[in-house]
Amino acid sequence: MNSPNSFSASPPPKANSFRQMPDSRGHFGQFGGRYVAETLMPLVLDLEREYRKAQNDPAFQAEFDDLLEHYVGRPSPLYFAPRLTEELGGAQVWFKRDELNHTGAHKINNCIGQILLAIRMGKTRIIAETGAGQHGVATATVCARFGLPCVIYMGAEDVKRQSPNVFRMKLLGAEVVPVTSGGATLKDAMNEGLRDWVANVHDTFYIIGTAAGPHPYPEMVRNFQSVIGKEARAQMLARTGRLPDLLVAAIGGGSNALGLFHPFLDDPSVKMLGVEAAGHGLDGDEHAASLLGGSPGVLHGNRTYLLQDEDGQITEGHSISAGLDYPGIGPEHAWLKESGRVDYTAVTDEEALDAFQLLCATEGIIPALEPSHAIAAVKKVAPTMPKDSIILANLCGRGDKDIFTVAERLGVEL
Amino acid sequence: MTRLTTTFAQPRPALVCFITAGDGDTAANLDALVEAGADVIELGMPFTDPMADGPAIQSANLRSLGAGTTTADVLRYATDFRARHPDVPLVLMGYANPMVRRGPEWFAEAAAAAGVDGVICVDIPPEEDDALGPALRAKGIAPIRLATPTTDAARLPQVLEGSEGFLYYVSVAGITGKQQAQIASIEENVARIKKSTNIPVAVGFGVRTPEQAAEIAKVADGVVVGSALVEICGQYGAEAPAHLKTLTAALAEAVHTAR
Repeated sequence: MNSPNSFSASPPPKANSFRQMPDSRGHFGQFGGRYVAETLMPLVLDLEREYRKAQNDPAFQAEFDDLLEHYVGRPSPLYFAPRLTEELGGAQVWFKRDELNHTGAHKINNCIGQILLAIRMGKTRIIAETGAGQHGVATATVCARFGLPCVIYMGAEDVKRQSPNVFRMKLLGAEVVPVTSGGATLKDAMNEGLRDWVANVHDTFYIIGTAAGPHPYPEMVRNFQSVIGKEARAQMLARTGRLPDLLVAAIGGGSNALGLFHPFLDDPSVKMLGVEAAGHGLDGDEHAASLLGGSPGVLHGNRTYLLQDEDGQITEGHSISAGLDYPGIGPEHAWLKESGRVDYTAVTDEEALDAFQLLCATEGIIPALEPSHAIAAVKKVAPTMPKDSIILANLCGRGDKDIFTVAERLGVEL
Repeated sequence: MTRLTTTFAQPRPALVCFITAGDGDTAANLDALVEAGADVIELGMPFTDPMADGPAIQSANLRSLGAGTTTADVLRYATDFRARHPDVPLVLMGYANPMVRRGPEWFAEAAAAAGVDGVICVDIPPEEDDALGPALRAKGIAPIRLATPTTDAARLPQVLEGSEGFLYYVSVAGITGKQQAQIASIEENVARIKKSTNIPVAVGFGVRTPEQAAEIAKVADGVVVGSALVEICGQYGAEAPAHLKTLTAALAEAVHTAR
């Protein structure tokens, strides 16, 4: 049988392709790039060279495929959701079940790829940042699997809010460092990760958790996550004989959405919808919608849309989902928005909570709060589409980690 | 000659002093540095996310922003400084986002109008020079680049190309205010850089005491001190100028008489 990543169902890029970004300097139009301190620049260039070599090395691909199949559990199922479809009364709703991966989210796909690269480069120490803790858990997991020491930077506020994931990381052997600088959340954890990296460049590999940061991270993370879309495209063709009409995915940094979207970008009949976190609403400051409520700027190694004030000071994002409350977004999304290929919308905390409960009740699946945002968007758009049309949404994480947050919001004491 | 070239043309090494704008009484603090012998002023533009800075300068950034410092305030400190000290070079140091927020041309124009001589932007490497460099050069402001222990021989020419004012050699691969490099390594790297360029080389990161500054001044054109001064601003608040004067005078004496 085919190994997961060798699904070659997406056609080669066309002349006017949306799949040939970034350019050789890591730019997606005006976005992306390598805005890092000089100390890191040689490292970032070295990483790009090594990644190019790995891309062309069948042995690297084979090991990646093997781990995704036998360790992560890929390919993840493509699932038709009959009761949700009936409830919404419009388009057929299908889910790519990446919440069934080992560690419960899509994050592991990228971590497998990056740790194999770290080992190729002879690095002996791994660092990562984490917000909700999903990327931290996935990083700690691959570090345990390959026997490398691992330091996870996590905002002190998030350490408090996400204690089960902190314990998971510790069980897996990681050192979790609470970050107290700034607002003590994800962006501050990323600052601290960059500070560690700059001081330990000789032996340390930084596993960035989303499709952001300096080139080649946005491209590399997207490519590792593209297994999602490659599988989904082949599975959908095999099951229905056609492509979906609409893809929907939640966006924090944007790696699960790019993973799903990218293999379909040159299929003109397939529309795409990225869903940002509107928090308490886009009218105020309490949201995490960088594309819909932010403006272009430079942070954490790339030019992209940011939440910022008129002086370029970064403002804190808010979302019920700790995985979405980052004040930036991957640069490829900024470019896809400006090119018009992908549409973007946002849903509020309340809408995400409703969608969370709807999926529990109709399909027996407890989703994470991140994909609950995608489900909330599906809930709005499905009824407006014909019954023979197909929506494919990415169920990028399971909700075990979120039951405490949800219980609190529903007024239930655990 | 520009203010920077005049300063570095002196036979003695230069003392470059950094403080964060808006952290305490900026005008009084700057005057204290100049009166005590600082040759070049590096004025930090506060940013919410100072990724290359250690705890001392991180805290200074937060204190300044907490006090409500805006970009307009920073430019006003520069304008007022220029009026009081027509001959002392003034360099703005900071991160890309506050500098490019209103467009690089806007920033270059405003900085030039404020009498700024150079700009050090931590997170714009030569590869992204287009984001700010051309706008600065068009207004006669020196884009001051950083070289580090990881900048190898193959890469150095790219860093030097388009560098103006002076080259800032970051003596350790790390963040500001932490450990200092061995003097032997600094000497070797500065010598290596000076073989490839005529622009002055100033060394910073981890320099805290007059003794360290003197050692470095023997082998470099300038010595940059930041965190030690910023800590004084944090510790003494309104009383900082007197304490800044004491440390700066000792540093200046050490640097100016090192060779």
